Amino acid sequence: MKLGEVVSIVEGTLLFDADLNVEVPCAGAADLMSDVLAFAEPGSVLLTGLCNPQVVRSVEMADMVAIIFVRGKHPPPETVALAKEKGIPSVTTPHTMFEMCGRLYEAGLRGCDISCRIDLVR
Amino acid sequence: MPGITRAQELVYELKIEDVMTREVITVPPQISMTELREILREHRISGVPVLENGVLVGIISIEDLIKALAAGEMGATVEKKMTRDPVFLYADEPVVMAVNRFRRPGFGRFPVVDNGKNLIGILTRGDIIEGLLKKLEVEYHEEEIRHYRASHIFEDIVSDCTSLILRYNIVARDLEHAGEASSNIKLVLTRLEIPRQHVRRVAIATYEAEMNIVLHADEGGEIVAEVQPRQIVIRVTDTGPGIADIEQAMQPGFSTASRWMRELGFGAGMGLSNIQSCVDEMRLESPPGTGTFLEAVIYLNREGEK
Repeated sequence: MKLGEVVSIVEGTLLFDADLNVEVPCAGAADLMSDVLAFAEPGSVLLTGLCNPQVVRSVEMADMVAIIFVRGKHPPPETVALAKEKGIPSVTTPHTMFEMCGRLYEAGLRGCDISCRIDLVR
Repeated sequence: MPGITRAQELVYELKIEDVMTREVITVPPQISMTELREILREHRISGVPVLENGVLVGIISIEDLIKALAAGEMGATVEKKMTRDPVFLYADEPVVMAVNRFRRPGFGRFPVVDNGKNLIGILTRGDIIEGLLKKLEVEYHEEEIRHYRASHIFEDIVSDCTSLILRYNIVARDLEHAGEASSNIKLVLTRLEIPRQHVRRVAIATYEAEMNIVLHADEGGEIVAEVQPRQIVIRVTDTGPGIADIEQAMQPGFSTASRWMRELGFGAGMGLSNIQSCVDEMRLESPPGTGTFLEAVIYLNREGEK
């Protein structure tokens, strides 16, 4: 699934202009950054309710490609600035984490821990 | 980052004066269309600003010339056929302003003026494309040179065992800069052309260690990454409270984090086990009252395995 499609499914608003023509193999959702660092696959998207700059750092370290901030949360300027500096497209959506995961799953996107590893084996 | 995004950024960063053509050919309003034809042909251009006593009064293009030719009015003056009060751009505006103006049909070029409205340049679509390409080429070249310089260090420096030591001081409770050291380590390793999978493992391990220092060590600490040709050794030292029971601390989910640490998204008890799953060797020491010492090794000989 293309990142642009992900953004439109979650009805997300971009926090700054970004290239959405990127293929996204899978996604993960967590508020615990250590969980993110444990499960994230390179190239995946993160859904989170956490808004501090550590979200961007975690995504950067794990080679994830985009952040979706759920439940209408608008991250503080330092988070947005860091995401922009690191070139990590970020969007905010008014919907809840559960709802967003559900819609993306329904549209065919799978969680990091399963789909990506299957892809790697192939 | 994909090139297209950088190009999009550049149209905001670059100013019109950075990409415009500075040597502008102009004509006075009194010359005939026939004379204009000669000027356009001679300079191989498709339009010129019209200046009267140094003041911009109009713009005339090859389209106006074709119309005059069709109407048999080549003897008419430029003044009669030109577009009056032409749309112009200011030299210090970002290129994106010009890009938006060019979206409207009928505009092939814009005169560029300074703040005193003196004509100082002219801008076509071609100028914009050329300006962007030149800038992208320069940036690409700069990054290439950095890659070249950095990645050849081990070949250029001859010794029995060359290693590059990166040392970072980590300040306790400095949440604003937390993660910067790991980010810089990641950048350096990328420039050294170490395979991505290895860089990612080092980045995750050092980031967890960095957050441990920021959150737990009252006096801060230090991260040292030693890059050797075949492995990367990470040494993390802090003067924090130490770890009472190392075996217990290694258990996924075990945590001593306080509420505020958890609110930051850390302290879920996954840090040390995350580090362990990223590295090939790991040693953790924490004698009571002396802080914590962590040494981790990542092998570079296998293709990102672990």
